[in-house]
Amino acid sequence: MLRFVLRRLALLVPVLVGLSILLFAWLRALPGDPARSMLGQRATPEGIARINEEYGFDEPILTQYFTYMKALLSGDFGQSIKTGEPVTEAFIDKFPATLELGLTALFLAVVVGVPLGYLAARHQGRWLDSFVVSGSLLGVVTPVFFLAILLKLVFADWLDLFPSSQRQDVRIDATHITNFYILDGILTREWDAAWDALLHLALPAIALATIPLAIIVRITRASVSEVLNEDYVRTAEAKGLSTRTVSRRHVLRNALLPVVTTIGLQAGLLFSGAVLTETVFAFDGIGRYLFQAISGRDYPVLQGFILFIALIYALINLLVDVTYGVIDPRVRVS
Amino acid sequence: MRTTVSRAKVLGTVALASAALVLSGCAESERSSDSDGGDEGASGGTFVFAGSAEPVTLDPTFASDGESFRVARQMYEGLVGTEPGTADPAPLLAKSWEVSEDGLTYDFTLETGVKFHDGTDFNAEAVCWNFDRWYNLPESAQTDDLTYYYGKIMRGFATGDRADNALYGGCTADGEDQVQIKLNAPFAGFVSALSLPAFSMQSPAAHEEYQDDSASDPRTTEYSTAHPTGTGPFQFESWERGDRITLTRFDDYWGEAAQIDEAVVVAIPDARARATALQNGEIDGYDLVGPADLKPLEEAGFQIVNREPFNVLYLAFNQAQKPLDDIKVRQAIAHAINKDEVVSASLPEGSQTAIEFMPPVVNGYTEDVTSYEYDPEKAKQLLEEAGAAGASIDFNYPTDVSRPYMPSPEDTFNVLRSQLQAVGLKVKPVANKWDPDYLDKILGTKDHGIHLLGWTGDYNDSDNFVGVFFGGPTSEWGFENQELFDALKDARGLPTIEEQKPAYEQINKDVMDFLPGVPLAHPVPSLAFAPEIQGYQQSPVQDEVWNVISIEE
Repeated sequence: MLRFVLRRLALLVPVLVGLSILLFAWLRALPGDPARSMLGQRATPEGIARINEEYGFDEPILTQYFTYMKALLSGDFGQSIKTGEPVTEAFIDKFPATLELGLTALFLAVVVGVPLGYLAARHQGRWLDSFVVSGSLLGVVTPVFFLAILLKLVFADWLDLFPSSQRQDVRIDATHITNFYILDGILTREWDAAWDALLHLALPAIALATIPLAIIVRITRASVSEVLNEDYVRTAEAKGLSTRTVSRRHVLRNALLPVVTTIGLQAGLLFSGAVLTETVFAFDGIGRYLFQAISGRDYPVLQGFILFIALIYALINLLVDVTYGVIDPRVRVS
Repeated sequence: MRTTVSRAKVLGTVALASAALVLSGCAESERSSDSDGGDEGASGGTFVFAGSAEPVTLDPTFASDGESFRVARQMYEGLVGTEPGTADPAPLLAKSWEVSEDGLTYDFTLETGVKFHDGTDFNAEAVCWNFDRWYNLPESAQTDDLTYYYGKIMRGFATGDRADNALYGGCTADGEDQVQIKLNAPFAGFVSALSLPAFSMQSPAAHEEYQDDSASDPRTTEYSTAHPTGTGPFQFESWERGDRITLTRFDDYWGEAAQIDEAVVVAIPDARARATALQNGEIDGYDLVGPADLKPLEEAGFQIVNREPFNVLYLAFNQAQKPLDDIKVRQAIAHAINKDEVVSASLPEGSQTAIEFMPPVVNGYTEDVTSYEYDPEKAKQLLEEAGAAGASIDFNYPTDVSRPYMPSPEDTFNVLRSQLQAVGLKVKPVANKWDPDYLDKILGTKDHGIHLLGWTGDYNDSDNFVGVFFGGPTSEWGFENQELFDALKDARGLPTIEEQKPAYEQINKDVMDFLPGVPLAHPVPSLAFAPEIQGYQQSPVQDEVWNVISIEE
């Protein structure tokens, strides 16, 4: 197992190097230049030349790449062009927000999605099933930004039930320790702060959860209905085991494998959804920061953040593969 | 079997609970005990304001954007302020001043008993320190993106290629409250320019400790992001990058102390989202209200505050692109435009149509310019004469932006497009995202045709309008007109406002004959506030300080 993990970690290196090359080329190919974005309406040719020289943007792209990689190897991801903040620091600063949002969304998706999918499979062909199937189809095809805007319009704008932006009301004098605002509120027993953070989290989390939720429902349903037709399930039922035991020990456990894969993949995809969701709800996480960096052509931030995200994505996948072994001992061997 | 499971569960729960206990044991609430209101005297409370972008820096010397200035105005003060509600200069840190007859010597008498936020004294010596600092800024900081205003107004620094033009001739402190500033050449706009936040008085001691003017980007140094120190009614508390800036009342303020305890500035780029945030009570006020939000907000009981327009929105011609180099084509387009319709269809109520490139309150404005009244027939005829009937032109406009002079560019574009098509022109729309694509294309390349842009004045000075637009060759306008460039240079150098007046009037006339673009309107910029916010004093040049506002229960 350890060897497996180590080998997978070693494989990450070429992947990240390849990605860094692609990213570098892609960012430089974007129209617009960061100097102009920094200097705005008052930019002068001299100012632009100065910025380009300072950040090395006037060097040949290969030289730029090697300079960047050299710094990267010593752990230096550079500084944001716009704020001067070190990229690593900015990431650490904003990451808890995105993690809080992503975990909540994933939790919603799993906790609602798996049982729904299971129930649909169990009641195949009946109204519950058709309802879940068509509902999930709608969920899969709705773009997350559209849903986010819709939720905001209905629940924040019209009904005024939830806040429309930010992670917490700025008037709340909340203590922040971990930067997970709900957790902070609980730890410091500032219950109003925790509750307010939860309210702020609700709409973005629901928006972000919808697509994974829908996909998890569909995969669970398909996987469970397949297992239900297996011989061993019939055998188990035939030897008189209770429905509960059959479903828990025989059906769910066997049906879960593809579901776990899906959850892992969706967990990684949450990041891309977070860029849009956080932007719509002005939720101060890495997604919003990344969006601002795109608009400002903030190369160091874009490169650094996307590499971090890729790394996390790869690690989640690794985690999924390891989880297989726990669910299905047969996988462990390979 | 069942017992094993539940034991594991119990164990797990116990472990979780104890972990939470341990964690919460070391996590202390840092709330101040008096935060639940009950303050004596002042109205207290937190005022949350939304701008459209995050400030660039907190050292106003290096700022030229409205959002940086907005925050700077709460924390800093200059020698000169503005009369409330106007663009005219008024005493601030300087109680009074006298100008010598030759216009070269300025004697300022300062307010006394003024303290910087770090507890040090504001005095004559501090004033001279600030002027000397600006003048002696290193060459790396002399570029327009860093010291746009100082460079533009004072024309040069101690070193660098503009050193010979530098206006600043030295500062002498006499006692605690007398300062004499010498200029190398007369400059009529000097006092007025000192009202800009770029000329804010900053604490020498704080600079000594935290600022580094020769840093590769002095806008992101420790001072510029975490230790701004001025004399204003609010002092810096914190800046969470990408999210918010928090200011608190400065209790030792020399003037009228702030009534609110705390001011928080957040950035919400989208105008609609700012309106929603206000309606939801997440913010107490915001700037740049979208024209479409004005009515609904007012009907819902929110306050709309209008600034007197101190701006111009124009349709510019890029003469580097054919057929725009032909004066007849430019005149044809000018006659094709119905400015009244542009205003009523795409700008806030109360916006005035424009006849030249500056608003009426600016020195040098004149009614006596060539006006191009709406006349589609004449436009068609002119196009015919120019051999450009049915010509195809690129029309560039920005998306995803609202500027004070251009609240909804897409709407403005649509009105203009239909007017131009009505005279037979083929309009090719080219839409770009405002930042950086649009600005890049318009200001940095020749690759654009007619386009929408505008300007908000920074202080009451004619050069700040026409000089900015037509002071030299640019890729935005794409023309060479040495006569005009020279006339602007000469007008700028005249010693008094009285002498400048006829010069700028002539320039305005010449510009409108040359017709580099069509001035469309002076749109009214609006702010919106929650009903309980009282006393907001708006200003045409956005010199709005929040010590005067209060929050009613």
